[in-house]
Amino acid sequence: MHQRSRFDSVREFIVEKTVLLSGLASIVFVLLIFVFLLKEGLRTFGIVSLEDFLLGRKWYPISSPPKFGILPLIGGTLAVTVGATLLSVPFGIASAFYIAEVAGPRMKEMLKTGIELLAAIPSVVIGFLGMVIVAPFIGDLFDLPTGQTALSGAVMLSLMAMPTIVSIAEDAITAIPGKYREAALALGATRWEYICRIAVRAAAPGIVAAVMLGIGRVIGETMAVMMITGNSAQIPHSLLQPVRTMTATIAAEMGETVPGGDHYAALFAIGLVLFVITFFVNLVADVFLHKDRGTVQ
Amino acid sequence: MVDERRTHTDYKFVIRDLTLFYGEKRILNSLDLSVRRNEILGIIGPANSGKSTFLRTLNRMIDLTPLVRAEGEALLDGVNVLGNVDVHFLRRRVGIVFALPLPLPLSIFDNVAYGPRRHRSVQRGELPDLVERSLQAAFLWDEVKDRLHEPAMNLSGGQQQRLCIARTLAVQPEVILFDEPCSGLDPISTARVEDAMRVLKEQYTLILVTNLVAQASRVSDRTAFFLSGDLVEVDETEQMFRKPSDQRTDDYIAGRFG
Repeated sequence: MHQRSRFDSVREFIVEKTVLLSGLASIVFVLLIFVFLLKEGLRTFGIVSLEDFLLGRKWYPISSPPKFGILPLIGGTLAVTVGATLLSVPFGIASAFYIAEVAGPRMKEMLKTGIELLAAIPSVVIGFLGMVIVAPFIGDLFDLPTGQTALSGAVMLSLMAMPTIVSIAEDAITAIPGKYREAALALGATRWEYICRIAVRAAAPGIVAAVMLGIGRVIGETMAVMMITGNSAQIPHSLLQPVRTMTATIAAEMGETVPGGDHYAALFAIGLVLFVITFFVNLVADVFLHKDRGTVQ
Repeated sequence: MVDERRTHTDYKFVIRDLTLFYGEKRILNSLDLSVRRNEILGIIGPANSGKSTFLRTLNRMIDLTPLVRAEGEALLDGVNVLGNVDVHFLRRRVGIVFALPLPLPLSIFDNVAYGPRRHRSVQRGELPDLVERSLQAAFLWDEVKDRLHEPAMNLSGGQQQRLCIARTLAVQPEVILFDEPCSGLDPISTARVEDAMRVLKEQYTLILVTNLVAQASRVSDRTAFFLSGDLVEVDETEQMFRKPSDQRTDDYIAGRFG
C-alpha cells in the first residue's frame, strides 16, 4: 500500500511536469523564432540604416549595388490589409449579430458550419479561385491592363478574415448577459434598438478583438496574395494597382538568395518587421479580450 | 355596458379568467383580479405560486419565455393586452422593475435617458430635466447628481435598484410592476425603495410582488395571496393582516408554512 502511493506520487509528478512543459513549449518556440529572426535579420542594418530600410522607396535586391527599401512592400501589405478589413469587418460583424441575435437554431447551425468550412479552405485554393475568377473580373470591371491588383487580393483575403471575425464576435455577443436584453425590452425598446445600442456596447471589447485577429490573419497571409496581387514592388496609389506584400516578397525571393548573403538577411529583416506588426495587433486584441472578461463579470 | 365603462374608470387593470401554461403545466388557474387606479397592490405567496409570472404577463415580458401560453383577458383601461397589441408601446405604459438591479452598460445619465431616447417622447433639450425628475422621484438624485456620467456599474446595489426605478419612471408609464424589488437589498436601501413607492402611487398604479410579508403590510393598500397558481384571496391590507378570510392565508402570514 505504501509502495503504491509512492508510485502514484511519482506518476503525478511526471504528468504534472509534462503538462507544464507542453504549456511552456509555445512560448519557447515563439522566443526561439524571434531570436532566430534577430540573428539573421539584424545584420541587414549594417548594410542599410533602419531608416533607409523602412522608408526607402526602392526594393531592388539583386541589382548592383542592391537597394533594400521596403516602403513599397509595407505599402502593398497596407493596401491589401486595409481593403480586406473594409470589406470583411462590416459583413463579419453584421453576420455575427445575425447568428447570435436573430437567426433561429437551425439557421444558426447552418451558418456556423458554413463559416467553419470557409475557414478550412486552403489559402492556395482561395488564391487559385482569385486568379481565374476574381482578378479577370476586376480587370474587366475597371478596364485595367491586369486584374491582378491590391483590390483582388483584398477581396479574397476578406473571405479568409471573415471566419475569424464572425466566430470571435459571435462568441462575444452570445456572452452578453441575457438580462440586458430583458432590461432594454422592458423599457419598450425593440430588438433592433437593443442590438444597436446595448448589445454593440456590451460586446464592444470582443468585437474589437475579433477585428484585430482578423487583421492579423490578413497581414500574415502569403500564398493567396502572391497568386493574385500582381507581385509588383511599387508604392501603390490606389487599390487598382498591382502590389507586392511583405509576406509574398519573402516567399517569392527566398529561393533565389544565397544563405548568409545580404539579400537573405534583408528578407529576414522583413520577417522581423512582420513579427513586430503581428505582435502588436495580437497584443491589442488580447488587451480588449481581457477587458471583455472584466466587464462581463 | 354602462356598468362596464364605470369599471374601467375605477380600475386600471381588470384581469378575467387568466390561465397560464408553461408547456403542458398550468402556472396560473383562471385568475380574476382587478387593480385600482393609484393603489399599491401587494402580491404575496410562497415561491412557485405564479406571482412573478403573473406580473410578467401584464406587460407581455412572458413573450420572451418560450413555451408560455396565456388564456383569458387582462384589460388595461379596457383593452386586452393579451390580444393583438403593440408590445413596445404596452411596455412603455406598463413598466417593470426586476428583482436584481441590472443597469445597462451605460452611464447613469444614459441609463435613465435610454427609454425616452428610444421613444422620442421628449425633446432633446428637455432630457436632462426629465432625467433629474426621474432620479429625484427614485430618491437617488442627491447621491448621483455630481457623477451622472460615470458608469452605472459603479453604484452600490441599493443605488442600482433605485436607478432601475428611475429608468422605468423616465419612460413615463402608467403602471409600474415591481418584481421582488428588494430581495437583494439591505434594510436601509429597502426602506428607501419603499419610501419611493409610497410617493409614486400618487401618480402611478403600482403592483408589488414580494417575498416579504412584512413589506406587503407596510406599503400595499390591498394585498393578494397567491398559492400554487390560485388566487386565494385579495383584500384591504389592514383587513387581511388582521383577520384573513381563508385559513391558508392566515397560516402563511403567521409563518406556519412557505
